[in-house]
Amino acid sequence: MPKIGSLEELKALREKAAKDLQVRLSTGTRITVGLGTCGIAAGARETMRAIVQELNKRGIDATVNTVGCIGMCYNEPLVDIEQAGKPRVTYGKVTADRVPRIIEEHLINGRVVEEWVVGRLEVGGN
Amino acid sequence: MRELSLHLLDMLQNSREAGATDVIAEVIEDTRRDEMVLRVTDNGRGVPVEQLPHLFDPFYTTRNTRHVGLGLPLLKAAAERAGGTATVASAPGRTTVEARFVHSHLDRAPLGDVADTLLAMMLDDTAPRLRYRHVANGNRFEVDSAEIRRLLDGMPIRQTEAYAWLRSYLEEGIRTVRQGLAP
Repeated sequence: MPKIGSLEELKALREKAAKDLQVRLSTGTRITVGLGTCGIAAGARETMRAIVQELNKRGIDATVNTVGCIGMCYNEPLVDIEQAGKPRVTYGKVTADRVPRIIEEHLINGRVVEEWVVGRLEVGGN
Repeated sequence: MRELSLHLLDMLQNSREAGATDVIAEVIEDTRRDEMVLRVTDNGRGVPVEQLPHLFDPFYTTRNTRHVGLGLPLLKAAAERAGGTATVASAPGRTTVEARFVHSHLDRAPLGDVADTLLAMMLDDTAPRLRYRHVANGNRFEVDSAEIRRLLDGMPIRQTEAYAWLRSYLEEGIRTVRQGLAP
């Protein structure tokens, strides 16, 4: 990736990307990372960076949001994965090094990584 | 927290949780005055007057659902460890959290990866407008998320090329402005 220095070059980059045909695997997925004080202290910023990099590396389109502390501080960093029609899965202790496996198994292979799950919300549940 | 940029992230998240739509983050370094300042100003709903004296008390709780956390007590501890102070001034629509440090203090945590903090705040499309200003011995670097989004014109910041470009732009900008700090 060549070094780019100006905001005008960003504009040119954007125009080029619009013209390129980029086939992205769309999974209708929303990923939420806990970024409260507890999450930040546990490394959630690095986790978020790893998630974005892994999604980009594999060409997966998913939204990445943040949420504050939900009270399960001992299991931070927490990462939620929501996909249409499936239960929302919450993974715990998701340090950056665990991200590739979660992305590959859950998003690509469609298999929840059970050993790291700390919560699950059934669709239509409360 | 092991780096000050993580405290900055925590302060920015507080602003977001207070409903801010516009946030200004500043890092000001002056080695002649031996000062480092972290400051976040937002237009959120602010802190109720009765809570202000308790913000830095880690044992303060309320019975309401209002969230009280360790973020500000940790920030204050980090500042005081480095010979500095942390303060909050708040009115509805304008809240400023500021932490000052003695720049050369041995116990001042490193500034760390500010670019990563800014990116974490900008990735979420529902995040507030973020303006970052870094001043180091008079040299300035400024970035405005609104201008970045305008230039991207709908392309999400998390998109591969945009993300890589923005990370590089932020890291380079901050690194360059801090070059003037070397004694």
